[in-house]
Amino acid sequence: MRLVSEFKFFIVKCDLHKLEEGPPVQAVLTREEGLQYYRTMQIMRRMELKADQLYKQKIIRGFCHLYDGQEACAVGIEAGINLTDHLITAYRAHGYTLTRGGTVREIMAELTGRRGGIAKGKGGSMHMYAKNFYGGNGIVGAQVPLGAGVALACKYQGKNELCVCLYGDGAANQGQIFETYNMASLWKLPCIFICENNRYGMGTSVERAAASTDYYKRGDFIPGLRVDGMDILCVREATKFAADHCRSGKGPIIMELQTYRYHGHSMSDPGISYRTREEIQEVRSKSDPISMLKDRMLNNNMASVEELKEIDVEVRKEIEDAAQFATTDPEPPLEDLCNHIFHNEPPLEVRGTNPWVKLKSVS
Amino acid sequence: MSSLFSSLKMMTKGAMRCVLITNHLKFFETIGNFQLLQVTVRDALNQAMDEELERDERVFLLGEEVAQYDGAYKVSRGLWKKYGDKRIIDTPISEMGFAGIAVGAAMAGLRPICEFMTFNFSMQAIDQVINSAAKTCYMSAGLQAVPIVFRGPNGASAGVAAQHSQCFAAWYGHCPGLKVVSPWNSEDARGLLKSAIRDDNPVVVLENELMYGVAFEVSEQGLSKDFTIPIGKAKVERPGNHVTLVSHSRMVGHCLDAAAVLAKEGIECEVINLRTIRPLDVETIEASVVKTNHLITVEGGWPQFGVGAEICARIMEGPAFNYLDAPVIRVTGVDIPMPYAKILEDNSTPQIKDIIFSVKKTLNM
Repeated sequence: MRLVSEFKFFIVKCDLHKLEEGPPVQAVLTREEGLQYYRTMQIMRRMELKADQLYKQKIIRGFCHLYDGQEACAVGIEAGINLTDHLITAYRAHGYTLTRGGTVREIMAELTGRRGGIAKGKGGSMHMYAKNFYGGNGIVGAQVPLGAGVALACKYQGKNELCVCLYGDGAANQGQIFETYNMASLWKLPCIFICENNRYGMGTSVERAAASTDYYKRGDFIPGLRVDGMDILCVREATKFAADHCRSGKGPIIMELQTYRYHGHSMSDPGISYRTREEIQEVRSKSDPISMLKDRMLNNNMASVEELKEIDVEVRKEIEDAAQFATTDPEPPLEDLCNHIFHNEPPLEVRGTNPWVKLKSVS
Repeated sequence: MSSLFSSLKMMTKGAMRCVLITNHLKFFETIGNFQLLQVTVRDALNQAMDEELERDERVFLLGEEVAQYDGAYKVSRGLWKKYGDKRIIDTPISEMGFAGIAVGAAMAGLRPICEFMTFNFSMQAIDQVINSAAKTCYMSAGLQAVPIVFRGPNGASAGVAAQHSQCFAAWYGHCPGLKVVSPWNSEDARGLLKSAIRDDNPVVVLENELMYGVAFEVSEQGLSKDFTIPIGKAKVERPGNHVTLVSHSRMVGHCLDAAAVLAKEGIECEVINLRTIRPLDVETIEASVVKTNHLITVEGGWPQFGVGAEICARIMEGPAFNYLDAPVIRVTGVDIPMPYAKILEDNSTPQIKDIIFSVKKTLNM
């Protein structure tokens, strides 16, 4: 069987706000791209499911907000920008840490609080950082002004870079986001605001939280698109469109990605008290982003069943290896307790729990 | 920018004085071999920002009215004309938003100066100062630095009443990851602001509106473009043997005035200007207490959980405790929201007589 090297797919037209035209309704997917997206989404999926397992074994503690179901967003967005662009998101951040260059090993080791973690065990699930990736932010909505600030720096430094600034449907009602819309628009900051609308802000459905659930319109004077967030090609094309808009100096733009999370808000939320199992099951069977891509590729001779299975096996192994590392790597040394309070600072003394404990902090 | 020239006076007898009024209202005095300039705190801050903006193109200023209005208190006068829209940015009234934008810009490689018109308004944005700025270097294990300065007037002013008069030294001083400075005179203002801007970490600069118009002599060294004052080091403004007065910001002046009165009665006060709230220079205080055996803290803010309370705790925990002949006394603002009527307002913050009274009390006089 000969496999085709690329295929042109029809994708759903985006709803537009204050835009004459939107992203193309056709997207070309190459075999190479398809396999890469598939692999990355599978890694993301399996990584999150492994985190679920480790959390239930109490090896991961505290907050753990899982991303499974939303993979097409993170992978699609990254496909529409460059690694030299910038990105910031909220606390459901493991997927983005991966697409922005973090390895599964260092992500999982951060979740388990080990010294090999991407933040040396100091940050945890919500505070992972990488080059041009500003976390991982725990305070709902606070990352939006931060993202606009990164965009301001991009414009100031004249490097034709932009900032993708993500928030959820729950965060979309935060006042500071509207303050940010205003300033980003006034100053024409190269900022793509992306609302990942997974229908629930913790346990509150969008209808109960927002007087207007048209999140792509909430920027008022800022143009917006509503995108099928379960279709990676839609996400990619919309992101490319938005990136072009920003890079041409037109200022900010908003993308609303309609997506879904299979897990509850976090690991302490079973996720079925405010929504039905039937709903979750329906999304899984009809709109799963990985299945959608897989079906597209198989139905159009872009990949064989065997090679996708092979990728699955490789992914499984990679996750197992990472989990092994994450559970065996030692915790950070106690000497590290007070380090990294400041940057570029001579060593200082830090008071411990009692006056006789004098701890040392280095940068 | 026009310059106004006023009378040029020449006096002999070993001293020569030239009086030049420039657009910066500087008075230039040459006395003997020392060159001393009279500079207001406002101008000191202005010069510091001007010099740092020139020195490093990543530095920029944002805040309400900082550009075209020349600053609500004229601290940024002339900067927008000189540096333009890119580097001096007027923001809408959106503290949480623009503070967050400033922090994000710092994360992405710039060196913002974020002005709060007063620190009372910083409460709107305090999450960005603490959770986004102060904690990030630690949470990221040093991967993500935040070289930002938050500055503006702090504490009581005159007649602005309760919502515009709060002192935030204790609030910001509480948090690891922040440096907090509180300049008193012009030299402090220049040196500390320049250090703050050059620091790769979040620094809160608590200025004082009532001090903006006050002129102080600044040495030539203090006027040099690279003059910085180390953050974390207090200064002994006046040596003395009988009692230590520790203070910050405007109250340092009150302590010196009280010391002058007490000196006439033979009581010599050692006056320490903290300059930095966090990290606190306990060693300088301890060394003084070892000498004088009596300690009084003086602050404009409220007593509970305040700067003086922290100093008391630290002195008790350290070697200087054994040198105290009396408990530490705190002179603070009255524990009430600031009232408006002048007689009430005057009696809401420490007056010189309160300091004198406390000194005599601790010395059992």
